[in-house]
This record gives sequence, structure tokens and C-alpha cells, in this order.
Amino acid sequence: MSQLDPTSRQSVKAPNFVIQVFTHRLFWPVVGLILLWVACGIALPGSDTAPGFWSITMMDGHLFGQIIDILRAAAPILLLALGMCLVIATGGIDLSVGAVMALSSSVSLSYLISSPTRETLPTVLIAIGLGLLTGLVVGLFNGTMVARLKIQPFIATLIIMVAGRGVAFAFTGGRIESVVSPPFKFLGSGFVLSLPTQVVIVTIVAAIVMISVRMSALGVLVESIGVNRQASFLAGVPASSILMLVYGLCGLLAGLAGMIYVAPTMATNANAIGLMLELDAILCVVLGGTALSGGKFYLSGTVVGALLVATLPKAVIYFGFPMQITPLFKGLVILIICIAQSQTLRDQFARRSLRRSVALAEGSPS
Amino acid sequence: MVGIPGHTPPHLPHPFDLEGVLSAVDQTTEIVTVTGASISFPGVRALDGVDFRLFPGEIHSLMGENGAGKSTLIKALTGVYQLDSGTVEIAGEQVRFTSPVQAQAAGISTVYQELNLISNLTVAENVMLGHEPKRGPLIRTRAMREAATEHLERLHLRIDPASMLGSHMIGVQQLCAIARATAVQAKVLILDEPTSSLDKTEVDALFSVMRDLKAQGVAIIFISHFLDQVYEIADRITVLRNGKLVGEWETTQLPKFQLISHMVGKTADELAAIAGEAAAGERVTQDAEPLAQAIGLGRRGMIEPFDLDTYPGEIVGLAGLLGSGRTEVARLLYGLERPDHGTLTVRGRQVRRFAPRHSLRRQVAYSTEDRKVEGVVGDLTVRENILLALQARRGPFKPIGKKEADELVNKFMTSLDITPANPDLPIKNLSGGNQQKVLLARWLAISPALLLLDEPLRGIDVGTKAEIQRIIADLARQGMSVVFISSELEEVLRISHRIAIMRDRRKIGEEVNSQTLTSSKIFETIASSQELR
Repeated sequence: MSQLDPTSRQSVKAPNFVIQVFTHRLFWPVVGLILLWVACGIALPGSDTAPGFWSITMMDGHLFGQIIDILRAAAPILLLALGMCLVIATGGIDLSVGAVMALSSSVSLSYLISSPTRETLPTVLIAIGLGLLTGLVVGLFNGTMVARLKIQPFIATLIIMVAGRGVAFAFTGGRIESVVSPPFKFLGSGFVLSLPTQVVIVTIVAAIVMISVRMSALGVLVESIGVNRQASFLAGVPASSILMLVYGLCGLLAGLAGMIYVAPTMATNANAIGLMLELDAILCVVLGGTALSGGKFYLSGTVVGALLVATLPKAVIYFGFPMQITPLFKGLVILIICIAQSQTLRDQFARRSLRRSVALAEGSPS
Repeated sequence: MVGIPGHTPPHLPHPFDLEGVLSAVDQTTEIVTVTGASISFPGVRALDGVDFRLFPGEIHSLMGENGAGKSTLIKALTGVYQLDSGTVEIAGEQVRFTSPVQAQAAGISTVYQELNLISNLTVAENVMLGHEPKRGPLIRTRAMREAATEHLERLHLRIDPASMLGSHMIGVQQLCAIARATAVQAKVLILDEPTSSLDKTEVDALFSVMRDLKAQGVAIIFISHFLDQVYEIADRITVLRNGKLVGEWETTQLPKFQLISHMVGKTADELAAIAGEAAAGERVTQDAEPLAQAIGLGRRGMIEPFDLDTYPGEIVGLAGLLGSGRTEVARLLYGLERPDHGTLTVRGRQVRRFAPRHSLRRQVAYSTEDRKVEGVVGDLTVRENILLALQARRGPFKPIGKKEADELVNKFMTSLDITPANPDLPIKNLSGGNQQKVLLARWLAISPALLLLDEPLRGIDVGTKAEIQRIIADLARQGMSVVFISSELEEVLRISHRIAIMRDRRKIGEEVNSQTLTSSKIFETIASSQELR
């Protein structure tokens, strides 16, 4: 911000600003994302025949390009991650979100398949409503287990993680069945304002969640529960209701994620939909700077985390690696970012910068 | 130390005849001798040249207020802490335990204050842990259960040995810990606050086991805050204060109020001079309706039923030693636990919903004595901590407006002089005293009608203490009803209009605070077994 002029008073302030930037929660996730995208840009420079990583083209009023694809892939992951972030902030975890995706999409599509009017908008709206309701119900079930019955979140949500796919299997009869319903497919393949529908939906939902959490007192009460549940209880914080709300929201968002995820193919698949995505969601949250131990949470960081996680599998392909090594690649990136995020390292960095800035201030004529 | 009757220097031979001497046990040779024990922690001299001795076949009570060094001495004996200087001898041989395992091997069995059992093992496994009956490498489960049952039955405890320990009440768990300690053939048995969660019959069962063990020549160290229990069971008493030895007495030679005087550091003469004074305090007649009224309010294993009224504009002090039930009274009034006895009325309406958030709606606030665990929300800012209770009362969807929040925060930051004066710092970065002030602000922010303050001045420097006391007095003058708890009796006397006296989880008296009411008189009340009400 300020000029690095050694004679001005601001020369002392400038390094402080640098420290602020370097030690900001979002610094490493954002740097990681930029580096990854720059690397992708280099690996995929584009030619006359094939568009590069950065190229975005407009066709029939619709935007296309690698970045758009990444946004599209990030959409369902971000929905899961937003809910997960709040759950983790309370000191919990929700392992069921992947299975909820499978369940909600199965319920929704099964209804469509059974309905003769599956191509009309009202039927599709009902189908979507059923899917969302499924997610909400599961979320409230998780909330009840955690808040009222005081079961450890890991175990409580493991139940649905395991059983949810079984229920989805029962709905679909274990068949992979596809259905034709243009209004529903619009969720996954349509465009709104030149952008893919799901990107628009998720942007709106994310904005609503982020704004309402911080505009209301929900955010601070969630953090309070996550930091010290006992003290929060004594201070009168309605912990049970808030936990119900947070787990319910997480389930609802996972339900929506399921439908967005299934919309492009319109095929039920109780086994594959949302598989391992709960781990991706947790990863987004952690990459975004929220500690798994609960407390302070960062939804904006989670958004960056979701973009990172969505980019990784594509980057593997751009770099020309075999797709099978994606997990290894993911692991490496996580390792690098976690090391960069380590509080110990950050403290050391801050100290060193401070020393340098003090030295600079002392060495400069004032 | 001067002029204390019954005091015998620890290095002299045992001064009195033990009853029921068994020929097999040499009861005149010390089994444990501690000489000049010192242990320092950063900033604290926890033990300072303490001498202590223990004979076979005696029950020896270790007495002292909080922080006197009782637990430190125990942990030095059992190898949890290492001595900085001084020696420990077991049966005349100098030992240097570096771990509790070594102490156990040397025949010292301990029940610690904090239960160290494993709640998701069975009762039998806990009782027999480390000495399970075995066939080869395999545990003989049935034999183990039988042995455990036997040990438990000596404590009159009949529970399924195959049940999970964690499924039982804390008192039962405590008995299991004792059964485990007695299951080992120990030469020395250390019981640190074993009766804190036990009721009368359970205590009686424990005492009969202790007497059996004593007759078998086992030396027992018994730590308890319950004076009556100490006088019932202990042969001798050693008093510590601020990490130093005050003295050692035969129980029969040490009247209760003298014991208290040694524990709190007032000379016996000081107390004796005032002992004859009559109670001159008059009960102030209250015109107003009581704000909160507890009638026979109690909860089993927590506090015996008590009556207590609080009036607007009045500060009620709760006086008593640690563990006397002071905190429990406040917690019941706040509704942290559901009482199983009596009624609580606030503003004439009987309370039926017992939870902090309901209490907040009744404008009842409770500032905990356990600041770290139950008070501060460490990662949140000072501002968020101040506003937490008010926000909780309003619910998550009625956020406190920025203007109102700023006004409240600024008001309390200034009036309570919270430093550093930056409300956006995490509260964990503040000193203990300032954290306490933030918590006080949290409760004042809800404008309570009844404010329950449990040790609000602990860890606060002297200047601020006076300031906070003045604030509390002001609040009362403005019509707030305050219940004030402190282990510093002088503080209670300075600030309270009325003082309820507690002992052994019971309210034993109530005095109007007048010129004639002194700390000595309150100690005397605590010491006397006769009840005033």
C-alpha cells in the first residue's frame, strides 16, 4: 500500500502491512490457488486448435472454458463444504454428506421416474422439494443424535454415511436408471446469465449462507459452542437448538448438492454419487483455514478451498499425468498447504518479519 | 506455632499409645517419614520444608485450605512429583520414587482427588486393574469378578461387577476407586477427598473399612474438607498452610476452632479472646418481597436442603471453607442442576425450568469460580465475550445492533477498566484479572436482578479488587440482589449485609452483618457442631 520510502514514517508501517497480508488466514489458500492456476495455464497454453486453460469463449450466449468447468465442478463440493464448515466450527463433523447426496438424488429421481408428468415444471419442483426435504430430514436426524442424545458427531453421522446408501439402494432398486426431464436437467446443463445454472445457484446459496451467518448472531454463537461448550452453556447459549440448526442446514445443502450433481447425467446411482465427497468437503474447510478442533471458522476460506479441491483432478490431466495418480497429487498439495498454514511456521514468519521491520526502522534516518 | 497445645515436633517418637496394638505390627516405628520436603513450581513454592510422619495402624488427616500443599505432598509421596530438596523414607529406608508405579510397588496405594479410573471398562476390571487373577496370560474373568465383588461388598456396595464403570453415579465410582486401592495389600493407603461425592451411609461404610484396615496395621492418610468426618475418623492431624507445616496434633487434643485457626492462619489466642462474645446481630426485618426464595432447596450428593432469601438491594455473603457447599448453593439458585428437594421462587413465581438460558430470562446471572473451564470462551474476542450472555438470551436471530453493542462494550471496558483497552483482542490474551472483569461485564450486560458471584475477586490485584467491590456495592445500592462467595472471609464481611454460614454441604447458620460479627465468630460457628438454625 504505502511507498517503501526509507525516510517516511510509513516505512515502518509497510512491513506491518506485509505481515498482515502474509499472516492473513486467506493468504496461503489464495496463493496456492493462484500458483495452481498459473501452473495449469503454463501446462495448457492453448493453440489455434485447442483453447488454453485461461481461455473463456462465448458460444450461443453461454460461457465455456476450463475455468468455467472448474466452477461447475466446485459447485456441489462448495455446498457440502459450507455446511461442513459450520458443523466443524461447533466442534463436530458430518461424515454423512456424501451419502445424503446419493440419497437425495435417488429420492428425487425415483419420484420423477414414477411420475407420468416428469417433464412438467411442477413435477420437477416437487421432485426437487423431495430431495431437499430428504437432506433436511437426515440433517435433523444427525442434529438430534448429536445435540439431544449427545452421541459423538463422528459416530452419529457415520450411521447415515453407511446406512444412507443402503436406503438410496432401496429406492432405486440398485439399478442405474436414467430419466428424461428437461426442467430438471436444466439444473445441471442449463445456463443463467451466460453461466452454468449450478454455478449461479451455488453462488446465490453461498452468499445467503455467508451473509446470514454473519449478519445474525449465529456465527458467533456457533464459534462460542465450538471453543468452549461448557462456558457457552453457562452463558445461556441454546446449544442444542443451534446444533440442530447447523446439522439441519448441512443436510439441506448436501441434499441440494446431490441434485445438482446428478442433474447433468440424470442417472440414479446409489453407489457412486457423492462417494468420498465428505472427505473433499472436510478438505475444503481445512484448506480454508478452519481448524478441525472447532471455534473460529472462515466461510470465505472454504470457498477458496472448494476451488482448489475442484481444480486438482483437472490439473493432473493438464499436467499429463495418468489420472490414477490424482489422489497422490491431492495429498501432495494438501501437505504443502498444511505446512504453509502451520501456526508454528506462521508465528516464526511473523517474528522474523517483525525483526526485519524493526531493523529497518532503526536503520533508517528519521 | 507459638503456644499451640498438643504440638509435638515431628522427629520425636510417637507420643501416645495406640489402641488395639497388634503384636504383628510394630506401631511405634514410622512407616513414612518426610523430612524437609520442598517443591517449587514456576512462581509458587508449593511445599516449603515440610516434615511429615505416618505410623502403621493410624488414620492421619492432612488439613489445610486450598493451596496449602496437601495434594502436592501426596503427589511427592507417590512419585508424581519429585522433591527439590528433602527426603522421603519408607519404613526407615530412603526412597526416591520417579513414578507412581514405584510407589505402588513399595506398598503405597492412592485414591486421588480426581478419579483416575477408566470409565469404559467394567467395574471389576477397574477394581482389579493390574492385579487380575490369571491363568497363564489369560485373565480369569469369573474369578476377577468374584474378587471385585468381595472388595466392593466390604464397602456395602452391591453392583454388577460386569457393568461399565461410567454407567454409575460419581459416588459409586468413588467407592470403586477406594475398593481398588484397598484390593492391593497396601502398607500405606492415601485417600485424597474420598468422600466428596458420598452420602452419609456410604461414608459410614467407608469408615468401617478404614477402621478394619487400621486394625490390620495399615497406615491411612485421609484428606477431607469435611471437619466432622475428620473428627470422627482421624487419630492425628497435620496442618499445612501456604506450603509450610503448621503442626501436628492428636485429634482429641485439637478443638475444632483451633484447627480452623491453624488452617486459616489466625492464632488460637486471637480466636479464644473473642470466643465468649455473644451474638449481638439482629435480624433485619425486610419490608420488601424477597427477590429469590429457596425453601428446603437441595440435591442429593450436592447440598442438603437449605432456606435462603435474597432481597433487592442486599448482598448476601456465603461463608465457609472450600467444599462447604458455597458454590453448590449458587449453582442451584442459577438452575445449573435440577434440585430434587424443595422449591425455588423468583419474584414470587416458582421456578420449574432449570437451565442457564431460563435463568437469564429470569434475570438471574451466575459468575463461575472456574473461570477457565466455565467462563471465558478463549478464542473469541473481548467484545464477543462481553456480549455472549446477552446475545444468548436474545437468541441467534436477534443480533445486538452495532451501536448498542459498541455502547455496552465501551461502557464496561471503561467502568471496569479492562486492559488492554482493545475489545477486539482474543480474551485468552488477557491476564486472569482482566478476564474476570470481562466475565463480570458479561453478566452485568444482561442487567441482572440477582447476581450470583462465585469467587469474583480471585486472581485480581488489590487495587482492582477494591474497585470491583465498590462496583458490587453500587449495584446493590441501585437495587440489585447479590450473592457473594469468597474463600476470603474478610471480603465477605466487608461487603455483605447478611452472611449465610456453610459447613459440610449444609447451611448451618445465618447472621446479619454488624460491627460485632467478626471472622473469628464465623469460624467459631463453623467449628461448633451445634447448629444455629
